[in-house]
Amino acid sequence: MIKSNSGIRKTDVINRRMFIIGAAKVVVFVGIIARLFSLQINENKKYLTLSDKNRIREWKLPPTRGNIVDYFGNVIAGNLKVYQLHIIPEQVENFNYLLVRLKNLLNLSDKRIARINKLKAELKPWDSIIVSENLSWSQFVKINNYLYDLVGVKPVMTISRNYPFNDVYTHVLGYVSQPNEQEILENETIQERFVPGMKIGKLGLEKRLENHLIGTNAIQRYEVNAYGKRINQLEHQKGEQGSKIRLTVDTEIQKACGELLNEKAGSISVMDIYTGDIIAMYSSPSYNPNLFLFGISQDEWQLIRNNPLKPLINKTLSGLYSPGSTIKPIVALSALENKVIDTKFKVKCTGKMELYGQTFHCWKEKGHGWVSLKNAMKQSCDTYFYEVARLLGVDRLNITAEKFGLGKKVLGDYFDNEKKGLFPNTKWKKNNLGKGWVLGETLITGIGQGYIQSTPLQLCMMTAQIANGGYAIKPKIIVDSNPISYEDAKQSMESGLLFDTDSEELLDKKLFKNQKNIKIVQEAMFASTNERFGTSYKSRIDDPKYQFAGKTGTAQVKRISKRERELDLELEQIPYKDRDHALYVAYGPYVNPRYALSIIVEHGGSGSKAAAPIAKKLFKLIIDRHDLRNKQSNFERITV
Amino acid sequence: MFQHDRLSNEITLFQKIKNLDYILLISVILLSALSVFVMYSTDGGEILFHTKNHFVKLAVFFPLMIFVAFFNIKFWHNFSYIIYLIVILLLIYVSFFGIKSSGSQRWMDLYLFVLQPSELMKIAIIMCLAKYFHRIKIENVNSFTSITIVLSIIIIPVIFVIAQPDLGTSILIALSGLIILWLGGMKIKYFIYSFITFLISLPFIISFLKPYQKLRILTFLDPDRDPLGAGYQIIQSKIAIGSGGLNGKGFLKGTQSYLDFLPEKHTDFIFTLFSEEFGFIGSVGLLILYSIIIFRILRIGAISRSNFARLFCFGYAFAIFIYIVVNLSMVLGLLPIVGSPLPIMSYGGSSMLATMIGFGIVLSAKINHKQMIA
Repeated sequence: MIKSNSGIRKTDVINRRMFIIGAAKVVVFVGIIARLFSLQINENKKYLTLSDKNRIREWKLPPTRGNIVDYFGNVIAGNLKVYQLHIIPEQVENFNYLLVRLKNLLNLSDKRIARINKLKAELKPWDSIIVSENLSWSQFVKINNYLYDLVGVKPVMTISRNYPFNDVYTHVLGYVSQPNEQEILENETIQERFVPGMKIGKLGLEKRLENHLIGTNAIQRYEVNAYGKRINQLEHQKGEQGSKIRLTVDTEIQKACGELLNEKAGSISVMDIYTGDIIAMYSSPSYNPNLFLFGISQDEWQLIRNNPLKPLINKTLSGLYSPGSTIKPIVALSALENKVIDTKFKVKCTGKMELYGQTFHCWKEKGHGWVSLKNAMKQSCDTYFYEVARLLGVDRLNITAEKFGLGKKVLGDYFDNEKKGLFPNTKWKKNNLGKGWVLGETLITGIGQGYIQSTPLQLCMMTAQIANGGYAIKPKIIVDSNPISYEDAKQSMESGLLFDTDSEELLDKKLFKNQKNIKIVQEAMFASTNERFGTSYKSRIDDPKYQFAGKTGTAQVKRISKRERELDLELEQIPYKDRDHALYVAYGPYVNPRYALSIIVEHGGSGSKAAAPIAKKLFKLIIDRHDLRNKQSNFERITV
Repeated sequence: MFQHDRLSNEITLFQKIKNLDYILLISVILLSALSVFVMYSTDGGEILFHTKNHFVKLAVFFPLMIFVAFFNIKFWHNFSYIIYLIVILLLIYVSFFGIKSSGSQRWMDLYLFVLQPSELMKIAIIMCLAKYFHRIKIENVNSFTSITIVLSIIIIPVIFVIAQPDLGTSILIALSGLIILWLGGMKIKYFIYSFITFLISLPFIISFLKPYQKLRILTFLDPDRDPLGAGYQIIQSKIAIGSGGLNGKGFLKGTQSYLDFLPEKHTDFIFTLFSEEFGFIGSVGLLILYSIIIFRILRIGAISRSNFARLFCFGYAFAIFIYIVVNLSMVLGLLPIVGSPLPIMSYGGSSMLATMIGFGIVLSAKINHKQMIA
């Protein structure tokens, strides 16, 4: 009885305590449900975002660069489909066997094989290794034929920069290549859009206009697992191609420049004398920018680098030359403007001029006799210009020369390799060389020798500004968004005002005091080319449609000794390095002029023999293209 | 009384089957089926290693449960101490000859499958203490001798399991034991005093913890202190559960598990995958299914005539509850990470074996609920 009593009491205790626990269980379960509610209902959005962040990863693809087109819409820097070969290591059954097969098929070097093995060790097994960046079509076909035997190999089509005119525009456009670390750090846009394998502008406009040309990345969204392996593609967001840039250049003329300077070192610049459009800007010799796209080979690089004609230098902008006699129109103009001389002023040339015991020679040993401005210009009489320079003084000459663009950069900061040259004055010598100016130096400055240094483009601009009647122009190589038409430019100029597209203001850009003086100089230049005994008379064109006016120049690269002067050697007898530079500046047509040009042939001998004939060949083409060019002023009508 | 004994001994097989608790049985079958589907999802929607093995284990242990149920509850009462001793011996064996894996030694190779004796101890300790409190007079429950004995029964296996080391299982064993002391009538003040003592000595206990265990506590307090290291599991688990939302991402569509962001998704974190794919509704549904099971076990305990059956059922129901709570709190970030499986759902043979044996004894108590035990 006691026992059963105890049993009942025990059961009671157990039951009572069970109920307490049971109540606690309900509370705990409710607590857990509350926690579930808070995570899954209240904070659902937060955790969904986190879950997507986990599983979705973005891959940026290299952006597509904008095209660069010439004035007529021809693509001069475009994009081309290229075939690449990728290996995905995790799919390869026998890596060494595959490499041997590829080595035979594609003639890969041992170095390349070693590089692939190194990449394989560095990358994750599902990251693709680029075996070849640019397969030829025949290689691509070959690989596709053997694909059954090449497990893990993926032929890929992608887009790469391409310069269809090869070496024609190298110095204008530059080229693209893989960026180095510093280049990525320096440019925020590149930094933001960089992906391995992307190429950036290394030189020229490709570099200067990087931020316009670069384009935006295409983005691929992939679902990835916890180890970062792509499982499947969710989305493909197309990138935007970089802006199209239209240049003022004319490919036909640019190409002709290249042909005319074939195998010579030198430069040709052609400019619209009203709008300042650069029609052509060629530096010779050039090189093929397409070589740099996939890494230039050591041999090819050495060939370019060691070429004695220095293809790497953009001679149009960075080549500094004595202008020689091509400076004479400016000397004459300066003297006229400062009323030092008039058209009747005459000097007797005896072939040389003595000054303080020093002899200054005219190029014509026998002398020109009594010469006036027109004759002096026509025959390029040095004695006349010694005398004019002496009367004028270097400081007054300097003011005129700088007005016409000498000693200043022509294209501003568009090309970081552009040099500003030098037009000396007394102050400059004092400040930089610490010595006083000597009158003899004034004389040789008067014939474009001595300290004076100019780029071919400066000479072209100088000529253009004489040709247009003495108005300042702003040379440009990129077509503005609202290009000013040829007629408008001409009209606004002749009204004495220049429309500045940057500040959108009409500016007074008269470079002369009396326009008659410009006319006198123009006539003298006309005579130099089109009248008997003119230095470039042989290169004239009689047809008034093409008739041009110009001035030759022959720049000494070393002082001519007395002995050499007596020997009067033929060009071929002088070592290449010691030969004179041949120069020629011209504008045409003489009636209603439109274009100016400057030509320089390094070590070409005399300007009349080596440079002026080039102008004759070029001018016909330039004038013939003028009407076409006029019709092309509206950008929107061009389809690329 | 004797006659009654004889009567119940004469229950036929047909009656036994008729007397099974079908609601409990159906709930267990539902849970088992669900667990196979979830395992199928952890295998990425294919019938692979885990799905196959899990199914095979269910196919073996479910009949075993029925087999256990057909033994009279008196039989289980009689063998309780012996079973406890056998499991203690297995623990001792394991601590010397067990298989080592990832830094702990808690398994023995039985050729057919690998057994973890500590899981069996979860059941054995309930049986042992149920028998003890069944037999002891209520007046003697709080005597010094009695307290010493029951504490020894708990502490001995706990020490072996801690030494393996396996903190999670040892805590579950200790809690399963303590609940029987509570139900058996031990004075409330003892529980209060021990709890206070535990709180006071907590800093001392923490200093004894292994570095990785301390790290787990720190991580629990602030998972973001090392999101890719120690905190990774809990952060990813919360992301999976939270991103499940109301309806879940759908069966086989849990990105967190499918893309391998969830660690240990087959075992301790199985609920995370379930919750990601079936959402709040599914999770609450699972909790309701567990609640039905717990409620049925409590009901069987309540109708049992013998205090052994009653204590076992109540104790086992509490143990199941504790397993669920510890596991869910862990994956929900409410408790530090301690290894503890979710009954039936988690992959793992020993845990399932112990759970099924437990259900079997409960069903035996149901079949023989009128059985008195002297």
